[in-house]
This record gives sequence, structure tokens and C-alpha cells, in this order.
Amino acid sequence: MRSLDISCALLGGAGALLLSTAVIAQSKPPVHYGASISEADVAALDIDIRGPDGKGLPPGKGTVADGEKIYNEQCVACHGEKAKGGSVFGAMVGGIGSFTTDKRVLTPGSMYPYAPILFDYTRRAMPMNAPQSLTNDQVYALSAYILHLNGLVPADVVMDAATLTKIEMPNRNGFIVDDRPDTKATRCQKNCP
Amino acid sequence: MSTKDMHQRPRSSTRSPSDDADEFESRRQFLRSGLAVAGAAVATGAGMGAAQAQKIEVPPSNKEMGRIIDPKVYGMPSKYEAHVKRNRTDVFVNKQNWSDWSMTPLHQQPGIITPNGLFFERHHAGIPDIDPAKHVVAIHGMVKQPMKFTMDNLLRYPSMSRFHFLECSGNGLTDWKKAASSTVQQTHGLLSCAQWTGIPASWLLDAAGFDEKNAKWVLFEGADGSAHARSIPIEKVMKDAMIVYAMNGEMLRPENGYPVRLFIPGWEGNVSIKWLRRIKVSDQPWHLRSETARYTDPMPNGKWRQFSFAMECKSVITRPSGGMKMAGKGHYEIEGFAWSGNGTVTAVDVTTDGGKTWQEAALEAPVLDKCLTRFRMPWVWDGAPAKIASRAVDNTGYVQPTVADIDKVRAIVGFVQHHNGIFPWSISPEGEVKNAIA
Ligand code: HEC
Repeated sequence: MRSLDISCALLGGAGALLLSTAVIAQSKPPVHYGASISEADVAALDIDIRGPDGKGLPPGKGTVADGEKIYNEQCVACHGEKAKGGSVFGAMVGGIGSFTTDKRVLTPGSMYPYAPILFDYTRRAMPMNAPQSLTNDQVYALSAYILHLNGLVPADVVMDAATLTKIEMPNRNGFIVDDRPDTKATRCQKNCP
Repeated sequence: MSTKDMHQRPRSSTRSPSDDADEFESRRQFLRSGLAVAGAAVATGAGMGAAQAQKIEVPPSNKEMGRIIDPKVYGMPSKYEAHVKRNRTDVFVNKQNWSDWSMTPLHQQPGIITPNGLFFERHHAGIPDIDPAKHVVAIHGMVKQPMKFTMDNLLRYPSMSRFHFLECSGNGLTDWKKAASSTVQQTHGLLSCAQWTGIPASWLLDAAGFDEKNAKWVLFEGADGSAHARSIPIEKVMKDAMIVYAMNGEMLRPENGYPVRLFIPGWEGNVSIKWLRRIKVSDQPWHLRSETARYTDPMPNGKWRQFSFAMECKSVITRPSGGMKMAGKGHYEIEGFAWSGNGTVTAVDVTTDGGKTWQEAALEAPVLDKCLTRFRMPWVWDGAPAKIASRAVDNTGYVQPTVADIDKVRAIVGFVQHHNGIFPWSISPEGEVKNAIA
């Protein structure tokens, strides 16, 4: 076993060498396989919505009252009364203003920088036991209800692509882009702190 | 438990595999025994020439035929290794097990490759069983020609294979400032390593002819019940992202994305979309829930760091590690893993005095880019309380920080991702090895 060991210095060099030769030259394939399609062919899968401008939001609309009804039928079991937290998932309301405390409460209201995120996620992943089963109108209604519970839209809002995109979310300016490395550790060997 | 006990009765074979509590105790015993045996072997070496008390007998397996070769079979590990398993988290117990995770027993992984059945899992809506004959990957958006690829299409391209680790950004999130987990499986087991086989993701983008001037980000989306998706900068996609259909010499396991997944070397596991069904090219990121409300890091002043993709340089000692028991004073080999999502590990230092002094450990070849690397250092334990830890350095010059270093520049509040802090284990005079993060 011992003889397999190579000193670190040696290995560093060998590793680097190995690397440059081991990487497969990604020479492009001479031909491509796969079939041409049109955007229309992929329409059923094309569910992504872009947060900042709501690009991809479908036609349709829904009210807080409709949303409450659907929520109480399809979501309450896991998410609890008025989205305060249920048997399976924690609160989806509150938390606004908590990020400067040492107990940050993450909810769609406190955390999402753009309201269309709520539509995107609900449509692609919820209800967890029957994902992608909601109509667009239902998703608008649920978005209206959850955002209303978070105090971000009035009770009489009619949610559609335009209204959803216009909502000013409290955490809109809460993000900074990755700027690591942010630590500056050194290799202290003796009398280290 | 003494070493002698272990030899006589390596492991309870009567225990029911479904008896979890029993199993846990048994696993703990085995962990201890692993180290106990190693310690004993070295001790014997040191005391060479001492009288042998017992003659070694011919094993019964020499005196009978073994099992026949099955006509067709998928081979399984020895029945004596049946305790080596992935484990769901013991610490952060989820209220459902579809959006949940299971962890790799790193202390039981001798080489750099994680066997497929032990590769960690993280799913958001459970594991789908997808028929490859019906599966299609579509690419569209800012491309000249939208395209679709069947599995046959993908497999017709020349394949490439690479060794890379995969680590969940949530690895270690339960153990920042207080020890919550008892074993390295629980503290670091959202980490595994495999040889990945597939094709460069850039080939599919080339096939569709992406808009080279305006395209900046690419969405990858899964065919699972969460349709999990992430936005990836196009430079990274073109540089080294892979469309993967096989790992460790066989087609992907369902829990690892069968029949096809994205694999992004060195970046948080969440971006390596499993069960890949769709690729969309765009000029901007999407800011999905999984890249705003989740997979972002709390920063001072109530801020969040977004698109923190890379898994920075990190290491951990796997032996001895939490839950093991030292077999008395004497010679031990400290061993562990080091890795960096930004390149190659160039050095690992080990301390046995809680960080006052550090010594350079040996690295075991091969040392590969964005891959688990094994390190080891011989150590004579004098029986006094000790605190051991490792510190890795990568070829960018980055040195693995302590939690205190990270605490100075980020906000460690709640369940924080990207824990690459130096991780200490304490050893008591009785030889108990424990999680010593504080
Ligand atoms: C079977 C249980 C279950 C049901 C039913 C269910 N959910 Fe969920 N929901 C979850 C779980 C679990 C998560 C967290 C998933 C994850 O993070 O991977 C979640 C997450 C969410 C989130 C994200 C919350 C956040 O803080 O970002 C929203 C929004 C949501 N659900 C909405 C709904 C709506 C609307 C319905 C009803 C149409 C619904 N859910 C029904 C279990 C459920």
C-alpha cells in the first residue's frame, strides 16, 4: 500500500499533467442526430415563467375567493389553514421583515423577489400529490389567495399576467450575485490561532 | 466491545434488517470494530516476535464448494456488508419523504468511487420510473432550429467519461456551530463521486444552433413530479456540462436521473437536473423558486447570495470519524476525502491538536479535477484527548476556511448551504470519536 503513496509535491504535478491529457478533446461530432421540431411541438412542456418580466405567463385569471376555495380543497391538508403551516410544510405566510433578525422566515411573501415565481412553482410542482393538474385560471386564483394572505394584494384583486407581474415584492432587491471566494484562510502550520 | 469479540462475532446475522434501532446500534459497533481491527493489526506489527497464542485454522470455505454461478444475475455485495446503506437524515427529519434526501456512508467508502447503490439522493417529488423508449429531450428557445433527441439519438453520439464528485449545497447544513450529527454519513454524506458517461451538453446546443450573440443562460428541466429546473450560464454549459446517461459503468439508476440527466462538474448538485426533458436557451436567467427562495445563501444585512454555484474546496476525515471507537493507544492512519469544485486538490493538512499545528498529509493518486481525492497521515495516538481535522487547498490557491472564517463574511442563520468549513472530530481518553464542530 505504502508504495502507492506519492509525495504531495510530485502528485500535484502529476495530477495537473494527467488532467490535461485526460480531458477528452471535445471535438465536435461530424453529424448530429435528433429530429427538427417546431416551437409548437414543445408547447405542452413549455411551462417556464421568467420572474422579472413574467415572460411565459399564460392567458387566464383568478380571484382571491376562487383561490381560497381551491386551496381548501387541494392544499390545506399539507399546508394548513390559511397557509400558516400544515402537516407537511411550514408557513407560506409572514416573514416579511424577518431577514435582518437571526430568525429568517422564508415564505413566498418574504422571499420571492418576483411574484410570477409563485405561478411558475405552483403550476410545475403543486399540489405535490397531483402536480401539473391545475388549470391556468386555478393557478392565478391560488397565486391571488397566497399573495393576499401575505398582505401583498387586496381581497378584490383579479389576478392575471399583468397584475401578477406588477406586484412589488418586498425582497426584490434582496439578492447579491455570487462574489466568492469570500474567505481568506491561510495555511498556518505552527502556533496557529 | 473488544477486538476479540469482533473477530468471533463480526456482526449480528440474526438481526432483522427492518429493525432500525437495532441496526443503528449494530452499525455503530461495526464502525468501532473497523477501527479496532486496524489498531490491532498495527499493534501486532509493532510487537512482532511476540508469542502467538492461537494456531490459525483452515477456513471452512476451503473445504466445500461455494455457491454456483447463477445463469444470469445482477451481483450484490456480500451478505456481511448488508449494513452498508444510504441513510435518510437522522437530524433534519422531513414530514414527508418525496422531497427528502439520503446520505452516502463515506466512512465505509474505501476508494474515491461511490457505488451506485450508495450514491446520495436528493429529490423534490420522489423517484420517477421513466421508460427510455418513450423519453425525449427537447431543446428550444433562442436557437436556429428547435430539436428533440430520443435516447437512441443520444447514445449514437461518441461517448465521453469523466470522474467527478457531486455534492449537495445543503451538505453539512445541520452542523455549523453546534454538533447535531453523530457520523460522517450525516455530516458529509450528501457527497458522492462517480465516473459519468454521456456527451458534452454543448453538442446539443450546437445541433440546435444557439444564438451565439444573445444567448446567455440555459434552462434545464426535469421530467419528475416537481419538474425541477434551474438556469445555468451558457459559458458553463459550453465549457464542461454533460448530458449523462451512465455512471460507474452502467446506465443511471432511477434515483440518479434515469434515463438521462444533466451533470455540471464542480457545482452544487441541485443544478445537475435529473430526468432531463427540456433545454431552453435564453438571454436572461429565470429566477425560479429554486434559485431565489431556495439554494441562496443568507448574507449580512438581510441579503441573500444568488447563483452561488461552485462547491468550494473542502475536506473531511472519514477515519477515525464520529461514532467510531479507537482500539487503545498506538499507531493509526488518519484518512479522508478532499475535493474542490473549482479545480484540483493540491494539498491537505491535518491537525491532531485542535488546530494549533498542522502537518501535510499524503494524497493518493489519482488526483483529478473536481473529483474526490484521498488523503492520509500516520499518527500515534497517546491516549490523551485529541481533536483532529483536515484542511484542503486547491490549485486556485484557495484554502479551506474554518466556520469562524465563514461566519465573518456570511450570515450563518437557519439552515445555511455551502458549508465547506474545517470539520473537527474529538477523541476522548476512552477512544470515543465525536463530532466536535462548535
Ligand atoms: C401532499 C402535500 C402537499 C400538497 C397537497 C400541496 N403541497 Fe405545496 N408543498 C408541499 C411540500 C412538501 C413543499 C416543499 C417542496 C420542496 O421544497 O421541495 C411544498 C411547497 C409549496 C410552495 C413553495 C413554498 C415556498 O416557501 O417557496 C408553494 C407555493 C406551494 N407548495 C403551494 C401549494 C398549493 C397552491 C397547493 C394546492 C394546489 C399545494 N401546495 C398542495 C406539499 C404539498
